[in-house]
Order: sequence, then structure tokens, then C-alpha cells
Amino acid sequence: MATNKCLHLLRGRFRDQLRFCRHLTTQGPLFPGAQTTWTSDLTFVTASTYTPIPVYRVMDRKGAVIDATHEPPLPDTTLLKMYTDMRLLNTMDKILYESQRQGRISFYMTNFGEEAMHIGSAAALTAADVVYGQYREAGVLMWRGFTLQEFVDQCYGNRDDKGKGKQMPIHYGSKELNFVTISSPLGTQMPQAVGAAYALKGSGRVVICYYGDGAASEGDAHAAFNFAATLECPVILFCRNNGYAISTPVREQYRGDGIAARGPAYGVHTLRADGNDVLAMYNATKLAREYCVKEQKPVVIEAMGYRVGHHSTSDDSTAYRSQEEVDQWTSSDNPTVKFKTYLTNKGLWNEEKEKEFIKKARQDVMTAFVAGEKKPKPEWTECFEDVYKYMPEHIKQQMNQMKSHVEKYKEHYPVDEFA
Amino acid sequence: MALNKICTLCLRQNSRELRILNNLINKRNHFVYTADAESPVKGETTKLNMFQAINNALDSALQSDESALVFGEDVAFGGVFRCTIGLQAKYGPGRVFNTPLCEQGIVGFAIGAANMGSTAIAEIQFADYIFPAFDQLVNEAAKMRYRSGGQFDCGKLTVRAPCGAVGHGALYHSQSPEAYFAHTPGLKIVVPRGPIKAKGLLLACVRDPDPCLILEPKALYRAAVEEVPVADFVLPIGKADVLLKGEQVTLIGWGTQVHVLLEVAHLAKTQFNASCEVIDLVSILPWDRNTVCQSVKKTKRVLIAHEAPLTGGFGAEVAATIQEECFLHLEAPVARVTGFDTPFPHVFEPFYLPDKWRCLDAIRNLLDY
Repeated sequence: MATNKCLHLLRGRFRDQLRFCRHLTTQGPLFPGAQTTWTSDLTFVTASTYTPIPVYRVMDRKGAVIDATHEPPLPDTTLLKMYTDMRLLNTMDKILYESQRQGRISFYMTNFGEEAMHIGSAAALTAADVVYGQYREAGVLMWRGFTLQEFVDQCYGNRDDKGKGKQMPIHYGSKELNFVTISSPLGTQMPQAVGAAYALKGSGRVVICYYGDGAASEGDAHAAFNFAATLECPVILFCRNNGYAISTPVREQYRGDGIAARGPAYGVHTLRADGNDVLAMYNATKLAREYCVKEQKPVVIEAMGYRVGHHSTSDDSTAYRSQEEVDQWTSSDNPTVKFKTYLTNKGLWNEEKEKEFIKKARQDVMTAFVAGEKKPKPEWTECFEDVYKYMPEHIKQQMNQMKSHVEKYKEHYPVDEFA
Repeated sequence: MALNKICTLCLRQNSRELRILNNLINKRNHFVYTADAESPVKGETTKLNMFQAINNALDSALQSDESALVFGEDVAFGGVFRCTIGLQAKYGPGRVFNTPLCEQGIVGFAIGAANMGSTAIAEIQFADYIFPAFDQLVNEAAKMRYRSGGQFDCGKLTVRAPCGAVGHGALYHSQSPEAYFAHTPGLKIVVPRGPIKAKGLLLACVRDPDPCLILEPKALYRAAVEEVPVADFVLPIGKADVLLKGEQVTLIGWGTQVHVLLEVAHLAKTQFNASCEVIDLVSILPWDRNTVCQSVKKTKRVLIAHEAPLTGGFGAEVAATIQEECFLHLEAPVARVTGFDTPFPHVFEPFYLPDKWRCLDAIRNLLDY
């Protein structure tokens, strides 16, 4: 009885679909899953079927512009800010890395080799664009105006830390600068950036999401690429391919043509550019941003580069790579050195300015450092705050219990270090 | 899609046959649904089942908040449980849309949208499939406000997932995963027992300033029918409901189990004249210790029942707290009747569930202790 009724309904309402079915024998593949042609040739499609995506660059390894039409017409002040921010980042990294070695901060990660990726991309965005980072993007924050004091305060987790002492060093975040607070789990920021971009559709703002060659292996990366494509989100998925994920070289991370080859596979416009070339980074990000705003669709950028420093202060990379390899990159394709050459050739920089700047940079970093070290931590009860917007009863109870305990056993707790 | 059109047309034309079918199905349930005695708010009501009430709540949320988005797998056509029927047609594909089949993507995406101030209401098709999103929920959503010093949060995130036994769901269509998430400070978790609670709690979650997880017992989607207030209303998160007042034993449960316990209370009364107090915990995180302890201090005997397995089940947390706070009041050890420490089986479901006979037996033991 039910079947008859169903068939009756079918005949009445679905005549068109039935007609369509007859066409299956007369045309090319009509499968919903792909728009393509037939073949009678049974051959593998392999990693080498497609030519590897070339790396876009503006300057050669020595800092000479190859095609002047690609030289971005940036004002001198911008070019100088780009360079000096790169060098300030180097200076801060050097001092803070050392301070961890001395036991003064608990942990640090440097950015050596990736200065151009940070500064070049940051310079092509607006302050209103939102940044989701992984952990090696301090240059982006620096470009936007995060102060040396703010960097140091977070590393010390003192009472002025915007993160209120909750996280390990380098887990920066700044609401004013639209830089979403870093979290340690890798790749989690990727689908979040895509969702954020969805929410910002039509606003004229874009989201940029930084991630590494290693993080790109996480399931969240796949999710991000696919959601960005299907839901058409104005997000730049910016991969810092620096050749290593801690000790794991890219050969052990993937076998395809890097991360860039994955973009088109998901239906996403993609660019691959020289991460050591700050002008290429700028141009690529600028083009990506324009596309995102105009089309409200995503772009994958793969910035090719090399991680000069160790993964972090917990890592000694001589355990898995040769010093020669590191020196080779540092000397023959150095993002800051080649940009310095570019600026020097333009008459905007020289050795004297370099000396002066580095001297001042060191002083400024040290001033912030000394001040940051002196500041007390937040009040220790802060550790019970911000679990929820309003503190629920059960957390209040636990806090009060601990207050009584600390009152009684004060001498066993570092209360003097806290406000 | 064509199949669904046939089904919809078919259903409309065969409502009488369906009603008979439904009654047969209901007889096979391990519970008898008891509607709420009164409405939590005054005013006009309409008879709705639980998926209709949820649909109504989502409609209200989308209506009242321009930034609200509803998304997940298959939500566009109405959802596998029909909770999102009509919403895409009404609010457009920009606000109500399908996502690719990827739970970690769904929740990650939802977090990001919430970061930017969009009210993100994400659906996970079955709670059994929420685990790919565990990292995003536990490491990201729950901790975002805390780790950023309050600069960023995803308070506007709500995740909905159908949970619990449905008669034939087996391992992967029956789970109650509340205990995994209860262990995560920063999340809020609620479980409705019927349409009124479902509407009020869902709207409360949507408007709560913290990320919320609402686990909807799928067995109640059709079986639970109530006169639901037409108006927009919220019910409190963190507050348990005493559904039946009693003197001798406190029975605590949530979701479908509440209805089992109400029936058990009735049986205990008729079979051995025991007066039971039945509490719907409603909220797993934060949970209402005061209401529970107040009751236990009065009755001195308590049974906690849940479908989820015994070890590490949320009953353990409630039991531990009860013995801490009410130790000298207790006349018997805290009893737990739960699913066994096995995965959720298929044909063996009648032996697995914390059914009324196991609960009744446990009450007898409590009284005889």
C-alpha cells in the first residue's frame, strides 16, 4: 500500500528527473562528484604529473631586483620600517633567547630566517585585518605596534601581561592589534580563522592565518582548506614552510609538492613565494588580500624559507642538522641581509645607520627587559579568573579554600613574587 | 534529496498510519515519557515534540539575533532529526548552511565565528561523532578566555548533539559523552528532558557568555511532547529541577533517564510504599550541588542513574560530592545504576540500560541497608 502511494507520488512529481536519467547513456561523465571527461587510457596520475609550482620572487639571493615592474612602490618610510622592524625582531630574539639560557624566562622561540615572511605579509594587511598565528609570527605583532615591553611582560607573565600570566612565553595576543592569542596545539587556529573570516564576510576585512609546514599535516589544516573553499571565506591561509617541524624535515612531513599543491586540489587560489624576499612577501600578500576582499574567497600562500634558529630553547638543532647547512642559508640567502643590500642600493641605509640602530635597539630591549623582570606577577588568585565570564560558585569555593590554605602555609608559597 | 521529498510527501499523506506506528515504537522504549506538569513561563503554549521545540528555539535565535548562524552536516534540508527544518528557506543559505563532513572543522569554524561576535550554533550529527572535535572543544573553546587574559573568547559558541540510547543505536548512535566534557573547566553542558527544557536551555546556551554544549537525548525527539510556551524564554543553566518531592530516597538522573526514574518512583510507591524524590540534574557543568545535597540530607539515601558507563561516569562526581558534603547524613552508601563498562551494544541493549528494574532493585537495597 505504501509502495503504491510512493510510486504514484514519484510519477507525478519527478518526471523531469526520470527524463534526465535517460541521458546517462548519451554524454560525457555526468557524475555529481567531478566535472571532467572520459579516457580509455589507464595511467597513474603521480606527484610528477604536474610541474612543481614555481617560487615567485622579486629580488635575487643578493637583493637585486629582477623585474623592476614587480618592485612595490612603497614610500621610503615604509621600507625603512620594514627593515628596522626585522632588525629589532632579531635583537629582541637574541636577548630573550639568552635570557632563557640564563634561567630568567622559562622558554623562548626565535624567528631567525623568517623576518621577511612576518614583516612582508604584515605590511600588506590593514590594522583591521585579523591575525590567527601559530607561534613564530612575532614580527607580525611587532609591525602592528606590540611594544617591546608588552613582549617582555608576556614572557615574564607579570602583572602587566595582557594574558594575565596564564600561558608560557611567546603565547602573545592583543585585542587592540587584532592578533588572536596564540595557543600551543598546532593547526587549531586554521579552521578558527576560516570561521572568523566567514563572520567577517562583506566587512572589507580579511583574516590571515599563519601555520607551518608541520602544522599543515594536522587534520585541522585539511578542515580549514576545505571549509574555506566550500563556504567561500575571505581568509589568507599563509604557510611558513621553513623546512623543519622541530627535527622532522619536510621529506618526512609530506611527499607532494609542498603545501601549495594542496590549494588547487581543494579549489583554492594559491600562490607560492620566496619567504626570504620581503618584497615578494609583500606583493603576494597584497594580491591575496585584494582577491579575498573582491571575491570573498580564500587564498593559500606558501612562503618558502628556512628556519635558521632552533625550534625553541628546548631544542638543539645540531642534533639533526649540520651547522654547515644553517651557515649556508644564513650567508647565501638571508632575508635581512638581502633587504639591507636593496635599501643600501637605494641610498636609504648604510653601515653607520645600522650600527646606530642596533645599539639603540639593544638598549630599548634591555630597558624593557629589566623593567619586565622587576614587575611582580599578577595577584595569585588570578589563576581562578576568566574560566567563565562570571566566576561560578564551585570555583569561588575552591579559590576560598586555597586562600585559607595559603594564609596558613604562606612560607611554602612564593607569595612575595605576586602582587 | 529525492528520497526525502518522497518521504515528506508520503508522511503527510499517511499521518494516521504513522501515529499507529509511533505508538508501537513507543511501546518498545525502555521509558515512558512524562511531560512537565507546568510551564515555566506564563502565556500561550503549543503542542510540540522535542525536535519541533528545538526547531522553534533555533528559529527564535535566528530571528532575534542577526549574527546568528546555524550549521553542521545536513542542516540545510532540515537535519537528520528534523531540528533545522524550514530554517534555510526562512533565513537564507548565508545563515543556515551545510558544512563538509568534518567535526573538527565544524567546531573550529564555529569557534572562529564566535570569536568575531557571530552567534555560532553548530550541530554535530551524533554525539558519538563529537570526538574529532574534542581538541577544539577542550583545548580551544574551553580555554580561550582563560588563556588570553579575557581578550578573546568564544562565548557565542553553542554546540548541539543528539545523544543517548534510541533502542537500536548500538556503539555509535547511542553514546552519552557528558563525562568527558564535564572534566573540562570552561565549558557548560546541559541535557534537556523534554521539549520545554530543550527550548529554554538551547536559548539559554545561545545567549550564555560562555561556550555551551547541549546534548539532546534523541529518544525524546519524537516521544516527548509537551505544551511548549510560544514566547521566547530561557531556562537557567546550573540549576537542577526537583520533579517529584519525596522523603525516603533521592533519585538523580538527566535526559531520558529522568523519565525512567519518575516511573521507578511510582513503582516504589505502589510496590513497597517508598516515597522517592526525583531530581533532574539538567546541568552537568556547572552542576547544582546545593539542590542535590539539600535533598540527600533530607532523604539520607540516594541513587544516581545514567546510561553512560559506570567508571568515570558523571555519577561518580555526584557521588563523591555527596559523600563529602552529606557524609554524616547518609544511611546507606550512594548507589549508582548505570550502563556497564562496555561499549554500547546492539541486540543486548535491554540488558545494558539502567532500566527501571535495576533502579527499583537498587532502591530496595538502599532501604534495606
